Amino acid sequence: MTDLTSLTLAEARDGLATKSFTSVELTDAHLQAMERARVLNAYVLETPEQARAMARAADDKIAKGEGGPLGGIPLGIKDLFATKGVRTTACSKILDDFKPTYESTVTSQLWRDGAVLLGKLNNDEFAMGSSNETSCFGPVVNPWRRNGSDTKLVPGGSSGGSASAVAAGLCLGATGTDTGGSIRQPAAFAGIVGIKPTYGRCSRWGVVAFASSLDQAGPFARTVRDSAILLRSMAGHDPKDTTSVNREVPDYEAAVGRSIKGLKIGIPKEYRLDGMPAEIEKLWTQGAEWLKAAGAELVEVSLPHTKYALPAYYIVAPAEASSNLARYDGVRYGARVPGNNIVEMYENTRAAGFGAEVRRRVMIGTYVLSAGYYDAYYLRAQKVRTLIKKDFEDCFANGVHAILTPATPSAAFGIGEKAGADPVEMYLNDIFTVTVNMAGLPGIAVPAGKDAQGLPLGLQLIGRPFDEETLFSAGEVIEQAAGRFTPAKWWE
Amino acid sequence: MNAPVKTAKLIKGATSDWEMVIGLEIHAQVTSNAKLFSGASTQFGGEPNSHVSLVDAAMPGMLPVINEACVKQAVRTGLGLNAQINLRSVFDRKNYFYPDLPQGYQISQYKSPIVGEGEVTVDLDDGESIVVGIERLHLEQDAGKSLHDQSPTMSFVDLNRSGVALMEIVSKPDIRSSEQAKAYVSKLRTILRYLGTCDGDMEKGNLRADVNVSVRKPGEPFGTRCEIKNVNSIRFIGQAIEYEARRQIGILEDGGSIEQETRLYDPGKGETRSMRSKEEAHDYRYFPDPDLLPLEFSQAYVDALKAELPELPDQKKRRFISEFGLTPYDASVLVGERESADFYESVLAALEDKARDGKLAANWVINELFGRLNKEGQDISASPVSAAQLATIINLIGEGTISGKIAKDLFEIVWQEGGDPRELVEARGMKQVTDMGAIEKVVDDIIAANPDKVTQARAKPALIGWFVGQVMKSSGGKANPQAVNELLKSKLGL
Repeated sequence: MTDLTSLTLAEARDGLATKSFTSVELTDAHLQAMERARVLNAYVLETPEQARAMARAADDKIAKGEGGPLGGIPLGIKDLFATKGVRTTACSKILDDFKPTYESTVTSQLWRDGAVLLGKLNNDEFAMGSSNETSCFGPVVNPWRRNGSDTKLVPGGSSGGSASAVAAGLCLGATGTDTGGSIRQPAAFAGIVGIKPTYGRCSRWGVVAFASSLDQAGPFARTVRDSAILLRSMAGHDPKDTTSVNREVPDYEAAVGRSIKGLKIGIPKEYRLDGMPAEIEKLWTQGAEWLKAAGAELVEVSLPHTKYALPAYYIVAPAEASSNLARYDGVRYGARVPGNNIVEMYENTRAAGFGAEVRRRVMIGTYVLSAGYYDAYYLRAQKVRTLIKKDFEDCFANGVHAILTPATPSAAFGIGEKAGADPVEMYLNDIFTVTVNMAGLPGIAVPAGKDAQGLPLGLQLIGRPFDEETLFSAGEVIEQAAGRFTPAKWWE
Repeated sequence: MNAPVKTAKLIKGATSDWEMVIGLEIHAQVTSNAKLFSGASTQFGGEPNSHVSLVDAAMPGMLPVINEACVKQAVRTGLGLNAQINLRSVFDRKNYFYPDLPQGYQISQYKSPIVGEGEVTVDLDDGESIVVGIERLHLEQDAGKSLHDQSPTMSFVDLNRSGVALMEIVSKPDIRSSEQAKAYVSKLRTILRYLGTCDGDMEKGNLRADVNVSVRKPGEPFGTRCEIKNVNSIRFIGQAIEYEARRQIGILEDGGSIEQETRLYDPGKGETRSMRSKEEAHDYRYFPDPDLLPLEFSQAYVDALKAELPELPDQKKRRFISEFGLTPYDASVLVGERESADFYESVLAALEDKARDGKLAANWVINELFGRLNKEGQDISASPVSAAQLATIINLIGEGTISGKIAKDLFEIVWQEGGDPRELVEARGMKQVTDMGAIEKVVDDIIAANPDKVTQARAKPALIGWFVGQVMKSSGGKANPQAVNELLKSKLGL
């Protein structure tokens, strides 16, 4: 029997349908793989009993022909999604062993469609980070290693557990959230596919909030097709989230393999950074050529406000975070560290409960919203945001269907390598991805090659609002040309 | 607003006269079944924490969803205040930490409120009226309640109120005395109750006021103000203003200056005291709530609400005056409480001839019924005499079946025993005597028995009143006074 963990989600779905194996078998194979791969620290909570129970239920339904689009498919869930009765921590000590009495809309739709929960995946604390090193459960290890090296590398962040688990075959797909690149950057670091849909495409209800106007859930998978299958289940209007959009969810899978002949692909000149590694430059050119060879038309485009995106992002996101995280005060749930009075209790609880990066962002956010600074920082950043959005609108108005950029400025780096560095160096990881969140657009990261050290590199496609389909079509062209990337299982 | 105010009541200080300048922020709980951003019940008096949704408790990942019923109520209130309705408004977060504020921020409206400028006409006891400008009205969430008296070492929190919709109605600093302030709050309360947008129950805290007070010498610019937080009765509002204005005058006359600060009114001691200074004031870090889209609706939506608005006290008062010839004072008394106006309207509806007896009905409602209710300390809702019964009594007067005097006796019987007034009149022989033969006999007897009075009356016709009195007395009040009058005139040759 083939290794069930090496199947794609689509292959597993078809195998389940033809009764080649059961969901219980598929699930067990993954639970065993998870056990062997604990050194990666991808899962912060394994839920084997629940997984097997859900798998059995899925098998029953499949037998009756009621399997559903994801019937019996085992998935990992980022620990930012509330899962009913299952500990949900956002990888922060402040949530302690919080067990929600509710299920996030996105995950409830996955279960509705028959998926199986394998466990909760590691992430940067409250999704704040680009390396998954800020998690209270410790860093996640990237299944990829540099050629001939056993240095442990980061999987990127904040959805590092999701990326690592999917790349290492510890689930067939996973959920992630992306506020500034938290799906696309780790997908690129782990050689897999990750898509951040249009803002409003997936409900935010039941997802621990980082920055509400930027947060968006999306899937991780090993192929473009698999991510299309997952997004269809995750997306949809939710009356409980008024920023979610009431718009029909297309059959994304049908877009995979669709011709891109005649599509206009923009190459933004502002993304050609000074000192950009030649490998990234080469990858980008290669990707453009693949798209051209498939019939797309390449045009140079200008997104003039790009350089302001990162600084503006690091005002807007912390501002919203400082307010969103105020509810973690030790009063109603989660950790509490007593004090002699209420203010002391707040201070003790939040000092002990939040890690350094979260505290930094709460302080930045509090500062930029303060009286006297609001106009200079927050208001100005919002104006920049409007300009960034307009850059893209102008570009799309000129007939551009999608924009091709690198996904990250480098391949995965070593754990602890940037620990002593200026935090801004870490923030620079998001340089190609934050613009997309600021504009609310969809963006997909697709693996496109390797660097000289054998580490995967990804390309990003940015689409028009709610045109995820074009991203899947064009993404698959790159996937077909570049091939798939699988790390050696050095941990087994 | 620096023009001298005609109705200003100046306070005499030791060195000069002073004028109070008052502005009010009224927090009115919106009448709605569910909270502003969650489906939890707004019912008062539930077990602690029994009306709390996941959103109200600020569980991780919870999101607010605007309750349209509350939006409707805010728009209706804005229309009732003759105010600008903003078709686009924005919800902001007001950030501060407190245990009864689960989210760590209150969702409110800061820069773009749902309702803009408007005005309220306020009638004062001396018969004058003033117009108080409305600066704005916005929607916001109420906080929960901290209970400090349940445990020696801990405070408890009840979140039943958390997230309940409030309207904050901000006046312009147009008020110049505590009397005006009290009248303004009463009027606002009446309007809200007519609209059904707030029940105005101050005891339950459903209507409370932040009172801004400053003083100045007449004609000078505004002084520094102090804000007295959370005053929860109209009487206390008046007391707090009086105390605070005198406190400020005392400081200024001693050569001191007023610190801008937030104060609390202690009704037990009848004084205000400092809560926090300007330096200690919170920095609320307002910013637009990213969980909520701007609130937008069409002019057609507003127009439809406007078309369905009930008649408001000012309109009702004008109608009572023009249709039934009520005095402005009587009309004000009737429209002052929605229940009073409703009672009067019910009486009107049961009258045989509204145009003829509308004014008479007003007199009866105000003087007889309200007078009696007041005396007994009873509420109009518990009146022993119903609107239908009172209308019947007035119909009996109007159609000439009973006299006004008998009507008072009849009212007393109905108050004590109940029953149909028309049947009572019949059964107890209270009908006015209109039989001219019978009256004539009484008149003749009295003239015959009092020749000296007849002489006097012929010299001084006003003395006819004495004869009328005698006739009424001997008829047991049942003779028709007008008929008696005419008969006497002809018999006496006047």
